[in-house]
Amino acid sequence: MTAATATPSPAATGRPPGNGKRVVGKVLVYAALLVWTFIALFPIFWTITTSFKSAVDITQGHIIPWLQFEPSWKGWRSLGLSPDTIGQSSSTRDEFLKRFTNSVVLAIGSALIATVIGSLAAYGLTRFSYKFGPWRNRDISFWFLSQLILPPVALAMPLLVLYKELQLLDTRVGMLLVYTLMVLPIVIWIMRDQFALVPVELEQAAMVDGSTVWGAFFRIVLPIAGPGLVSAFILAVVLCWNEYFFAALLTSTLAKTLPVMVASQTGSQGINWWSMAALSTAAIAPLAIIGIVLERYIVKGLTAGAVK
Amino acid sequence: MQNTPAATSSAWDAGTAVVSPGRQLVGRVLIAVTTVVLLGAVLVEILDGLGLVSFGFASWRPLAYLYVIWSIALAVGLVLARGERGHRALFVLPATLFTLAIVVFPTIFGLYIAFTDWNLSSSAGRQFSGWSNLRQMSGDPYFWQALGNMVFYSASVLVQYVVAFGLALLLNADIRGRKFFRVAFLLPFMLSPVAVSWMIGKSILDSRFGPLASFLKRLGVQNPAFFQDPWIARISIIAMDAWIWIPFMMVLLLAGLQAVPQEVLESARVDGASGWQAFWQIVYPIMLPVSVTAIILRLIFQLKLADIVINVTSGGPGGATDTISSFVFREYQLRSNVGYGTAVAQVYLIVIIIFITILLTLTGRWLRKVT
Repeated sequence: MTAATATPSPAATGRPPGNGKRVVGKVLVYAALLVWTFIALFPIFWTITTSFKSAVDITQGHIIPWLQFEPSWKGWRSLGLSPDTIGQSSSTRDEFLKRFTNSVVLAIGSALIATVIGSLAAYGLTRFSYKFGPWRNRDISFWFLSQLILPPVALAMPLLVLYKELQLLDTRVGMLLVYTLMVLPIVIWIMRDQFALVPVELEQAAMVDGSTVWGAFFRIVLPIAGPGLVSAFILAVVLCWNEYFFAALLTSTLAKTLPVMVASQTGSQGINWWSMAALSTAAIAPLAIIGIVLERYIVKGLTAGAVK
Repeated sequence: MQNTPAATSSAWDAGTAVVSPGRQLVGRVLIAVTTVVLLGAVLVEILDGLGLVSFGFASWRPLAYLYVIWSIALAVGLVLARGERGHRALFVLPATLFTLAIVVFPTIFGLYIAFTDWNLSSSAGRQFSGWSNLRQMSGDPYFWQALGNMVFYSASVLVQYVVAFGLALLLNADIRGRKFFRVAFLLPFMLSPVAVSWMIGKSILDSRFGPLASFLKRLGVQNPAFFQDPWIARISIIAMDAWIWIPFMMVLLLAGLQAVPQEVLESARVDGASGWQAFWQIVYPIMLPVSVTAIILRLIFQLKLADIVINVTSGGPGGATDTISSFVFREYQLRSNVGYGTAVAQVYLIVIIIFITILLTLTGRWLRKVT
C-alpha cells in the first residue's frame, strides 16, 4: 500500500507547497494504518504458521514460512487433522470434534432462541404501552438492558448450585439457557433500535385491512427488520462461541465447549506449541471467516442503538 | 445507555376489543389454578428441603417443568381473558418469564448463599454463618488487591478509547482499501479470549522462544519477562485485553464519525480552521455522546474481565493481576469455597450497580450541560 501512495509524490513536486504537506500527511496515515494492521494480524499469522512448525523452528524463533522454515503438518497431525492422519482414527480428533459440535450447537441454538424471544420483546416494547403493576415500558426496557451489567461471576455460583438440584449441570440444555440469558439484553438493545426505524403506519394499514397484531408483525415488520435480525443473531453467535467463564464452571465432560478444551491444554505442563497452535487456529477459524465475510452485519449490530 | 423513546401510538392502544365474560372467566381460572399448583409444589419442595415433610421430589426438575407449564397457561389465560391486550402482552412475556427464571431466582439464592459457610468439599453442608464471610473479606488482602486491579483495569479503558478514536479517524480518512483495513482491524474482536490467551499470552509473550522476547533481547534487554513484575504483568494483561476490545470501540466511534455531516466539515475548512482546530471545535463535540456510550459499554464489559487472567497468569504473580472474577473462580476451583466466593461476587455486583448508576447519572447530567 505504501508503494501505491508514494507514486503520486513525484508528480506533486511541481504543484504548490500545500500539496507537499498533504503528501506527507497521506504517507503518515498509511504508515499508521499499516502498523496497526501488523498489530492486529501478526498474532493470527503467528498462530497459523506455528501450527506448521517443528520444534527446531520454534526454539530458533523462525517466523516466515518457506524462507526461514519448511512448513510441516506437525501440529495438525497431533490433532489428527493432517492429510496423512485424516483417514485414521484419532482420539484427539474425536475429542476435538465433540467439543466443536458442542460449541456449534450452543452458539447457534442460544443465538436463535435469544433472537426470537428478544426481538419479540423488543417489538412489543417499541410499539405498545405496557403496565405490569407499577412498571411501564421504560422500566421493563431498563430491567432487560440492566442484565448486561450483571457479571457472570455473580450468577455462576448460584447457578451451579441450582443446576445441580435441577440435574442440568454439564448438559447442553443448561448451557443453552445460560447463553441465551447472556445475549438476550444485547439482542433487545439492537432490535429495539431496528423496530423503532420501521414506520408504524405500515402496520396500522395492515391492521385496517384486517390483519392481527401478530400477522402484521410477521408479514410486514419482520421482513423490513430482517438485516437487523441477522446482525443480532451473528453478534450473539460470536459472543456465545467465545464464552469461557460459564462453560468452565458448569460443564465437565459431556457439554464441554471448545474454549474449555483450549484452556485445559494451556494449563498442562510442557505444552507442545505446534499442537496448541493448531488447536487455537481451529478454534478461531470459524469466527475469523464469519468476521471477514459478514463484517457488514457485525458492524451494524455493534453500532445499532449506540449511534444515532 | 439512554433509552430510545418508545414509538407508541395512542390510537393503537384504544383498539381494545370486547371479550365475552365466559372467556374472561375461563382465562382467569386457568391462570389461578396453575399458579396455585406451582406455588404449592414450591412450598412442598421448601418444606422437604427443611426436613419438615418427607414426600418431596428427588430433584427440582419437576419444578422446572411446572414453571414451563405455568408459563404456557399464563400466556393462554391472558389471551382468553384480555383478548387484544393479551395478544400484545405475549410479545414481552417469553423474554420476561425466561429472565425472571434464570436471573431473579439465582440472585436471591445467591444472596442467601453469601451468608453461609458453604464448602462443597466439606461434609458439613451449608450452615448459616451471618456476617462472617463479609468479615473475612474485609481482611482478605487478595480481595482488596483484586478490587484495586479492577480500578486500574477500568481506568485503562480511557487509554484504549484514545487508541480506538485514533484508529477510527484513520479509517474515516480519505484512503484506499478501506474495506481491507476495516476487516483487518475488526478481526481481533472476533477471536475467543481463551485462544488469544495462548496465541499472545503464552506464545508471543513467552520469555524463551516468543518473538517479542527475542526482539527485545536483540535490542539489548536482559531476560525480558512479561508476567513476573506485578506492574509489567498487569500491563501485559491489559495489552491483550485491549487488543481484543479496541475494535469494538473503534467500530462505534467510526459510525459516529461517519454520521458527522460533511457540510459541517467543509464549512469549517472554508472558514480557515486548521485540521486540528476543526477537530476539537467541531468534530469532537458532535462525537461526545457516541464516545460516552462507547466508554460506558466498554467499561461494563471490562468489569467482567476474567478469561485472559484465568488462562495466562491465574491471577499471579501473587494475585497481582487478579480480577474479582478470576479470584472467585480460583476460590471455587481450588478450595470449593462456594459460600465465600458467592459473598465476594455479590458484594462486587452491588459495587458495580452503584458505580454504573452513579456513572450514568453523572454523564447524563454532564452531557445535557455540554450539548
